[in-house]
Amino acid sequence: MSAELILFYLFSALLVGAGFMVITVRNPVKAALFLVLAFVACAGVWILLEAEFLAITLVLVYVGAVMVLFLFVVMMLDVNLAPLKEGFTRYLPLGVIIAVVIVIEISIVVGPERFGLEQMPAPEPAAADFSNTKELGRLLYVEYVYPFELAAVILLVAIVAAITLTLRPKRHTKFIKIEDQLDVRRKDRVRLVKMPTEKKNSPRRQKQG
Amino acid sequence: MLSLTHFLILGAVLFCISIAGIFLNRKNIIILLMAIELMLLAVNINFIAFSHYLDDSAGQIFVFFILTVAAAEAAIGLAILVALFRNKRTINVNDLDVLKG
Repeated sequence: MSAELILFYLFSALLVGAGFMVITVRNPVKAALFLVLAFVACAGVWILLEAEFLAITLVLVYVGAVMVLFLFVVMMLDVNLAPLKEGFTRYLPLGVIIAVVIVIEISIVVGPERFGLEQMPAPEPAAADFSNTKELGRLLYVEYVYPFELAAVILLVAIVAAITLTLRPKRHTKFIKIEDQLDVRRKDRVRLVKMPTEKKNSPRRQKQG
Repeated sequence: MLSLTHFLILGAVLFCISIAGIFLNRKNIIILLMAIELMLLAVNINFIAFSHYLDDSAGQIFVFFILTVAAAEAAIGLAILVALFRNKRTINVNDLDVLKG
């Protein structure tokens, strides 16, 4: 058994075990932490596949940003956990049966007779001075530059959406209601008052004069 | 020696774990979101494995975009979750039936 195979089985066991714990553990905080473990193990598997840039991206972006967001939200919400777990045992047989059936089906399709080493020989390991990051950057900024810009727009939309969804307007801030302003008629603002003209020799005027 | 089958079956097992997770935790939106993240991870493993064995880096570009979209989805999903909890004080899927679906 080569070192690669040992590492693969180590990371796979870690990944599958962590994934299993994510869906079975009671506490959502623990589930989020196991998801972090799953992402780190998956980054190890990706390093074995010589996708170094994406492995590091997974750790930085997912573990560093997305999972922190998850943990933040999970810890901020004061969730009553008891009613959320009911039905767990009721759906257990159905879920397990469906999962096992799908695993068996996929295993039949992707088994060694179709995707083994004879059909798909492993490529030569990349040279020591080969840069996965440089290769991805060349592809991303030359051939896929338009989808790359679209991805940036998607992230911008996500930022705007997330902020508008959670923003609570301050209660004491004063806003202009534009529809009310446009609705104003003359009679709302201007009041014509009829009053008699003042007499010429009123006492006040005499004193001034 | 590692073959493509190893990675494809790893992806399949991870995908089915998350399918089972969606079945088991159908009351809890937070765990449902985590199961979706696991599913996307399984798909990404497949993309990278094929990219490596076919010697074509385009698969890694796809993973890059999937990561982007998944991050956006997680952010918006959690924002909806926070807004929901603020208004209804619950995240139980059974109580979220105001649309009468």
